[in-house]
Amino acid sequence: MKRFLVSVFLIILCFLLQTTVFHWMEFGGIVPNLMIVLTASFGFMRGEKTGLLYGFFCGLLIDIFFANVLGLNAMIYMYIGYSNGKFNRIFFPDEIKLPLILIFFSDLAYGFLYYVTLFLLRRRFQLDFYFWHIILPEMVYTILITLFLYPLILWMNNRLEDSEKRSARKFV
Amino acid sequence: MSPIIKKKGEKFTLPGKYLLFILTLLCTGLIVITFSTDLLSAPISAVGGFLITPLQNGVSKAGSWLNTRSEELVQIRSLLNENEELKAKIDELTMENIKLQQDRYELTNLRELFDLDSQYDEYDMVGARIIAKDSGNWFHSFVINKGYEDGLMIDMNVLAGSGLVGRIVDVGPDWAKVMSIIDDNSNTSGMVLSTSDALIVSGDLELYAEGVIRFEKLIDHADRVVEGDKIVTSNVSDKYLPGILIGYISKVNVDSNNLTKSGLVTLAVDFEHLEEVLVITELKQTVEE
Repeated sequence: MKRFLVSVFLIILCFLLQTTVFHWMEFGGIVPNLMIVLTASFGFMRGEKTGLLYGFFCGLLIDIFFANVLGLNAMIYMYIGYSNGKFNRIFFPDEIKLPLILIFFSDLAYGFLYYVTLFLLRRRFQLDFYFWHIILPEMVYTILITLFLYPLILWMNNRLEDSEKRSARKFV
Repeated sequence: MSPIIKKKGEKFTLPGKYLLFILTLLCTGLIVITFSTDLLSAPISAVGGFLITPLQNGVSKAGSWLNTRSEELVQIRSLLNENEELKAKIDELTMENIKLQQDRYELTNLRELFDLDSQYDEYDMVGARIIAKDSGNWFHSFVINKGYEDGLMIDMNVLAGSGLVGRIVDVGPDWAKVMSIIDDNSNTSGMVLSTSDALIVSGDLELYAEGVIRFEKLIDHADRVVEGDKIVTSNVSDKYLPGILIGYISKVNVDSNNLTKSGLVTLAVDFEHLEEVLVITELKQTVEE
């Protein structure tokens, strides 16, 4: 229950930050992708199922507000969360390299899938332009933000896991 | 044995891949439904209005306050210089204004003669504040803080300053989503003000990085359209009211078919620094089919 409330809070917080505050500190018109950080982090911290649920709801929120068709972002984010969950087995909390790499590639995958579904299918073939001007800057900026955001997410997750363990022990 | 068959005494859990499959089907269903119908738009706008918009409104206000304060500090020095220049300009413009007022007087008289409505300044407009922008970097849609409770409707035109910004594509009780004309999937029917030649202005993410967007399908056999001509919304557009300034032609090319021309438009609105917009609370008159 506690975890559920914290999740809802985190998703809405990240969405709000991304659509409002971060537009005030965009570099060259690029905003970082907090939702990807959130989805990917919970994917490799908690496993496939949590990852895909996080992805689904993050994507759905974006769809509700900014997409013309409902469900596309939800689907992309969901698959990204699920794939990150596959790395749960080799994830250790005090190691920061793996999360950075995973988030980096998640954002790349997101950018690429989004390009294919919404641009390539409308005959916009200039992948190199979109890569250099949108996907790559977004990845770099996202990674920068991850350096600050990820420790927070990790700390929050550890606190939750501790409290869950404690309450589980109480019942035994 | 199948992993979803429940053993006795074991808590039922759905494995990840089944959940993934189910949600994929759900997403596909949603995509199909929203792509072909608008059944879901009412519940969606209800969710948005109830949950997110008030929060976005608050956060946005706080963010813009902080931003303005920090910019103020930086700008004071340059503002002093600018002030001097502007004062000189005021004198210049006052003279010009007097001249224009005389012209205007003449124009109103002529218009009365022709029984034409003067455009633009006679539309009823509502001001609104931008409270959120697209979460990604691919499109330029944004959310404003007024909705159908303030009389807004889908397809109403949105302006900022003197130029066209876009139109409302989605509306909730106290919010509305605006698709801007620079969006990669937006096409606007326009015309060249001086010659009334029709053309299509289409948003383009790639060109917008250079500060311009594209126009196409201009038929101009007499070669009268030149760089610097004003492009306004056309009379024949079914979404946009006529005569709203879109931008200025900055380049004209003859297409390879030798019939039409295309080129680049410099926009009248500064999309990078949009904060407040005006919504015209009047819809373009259309013919029911």
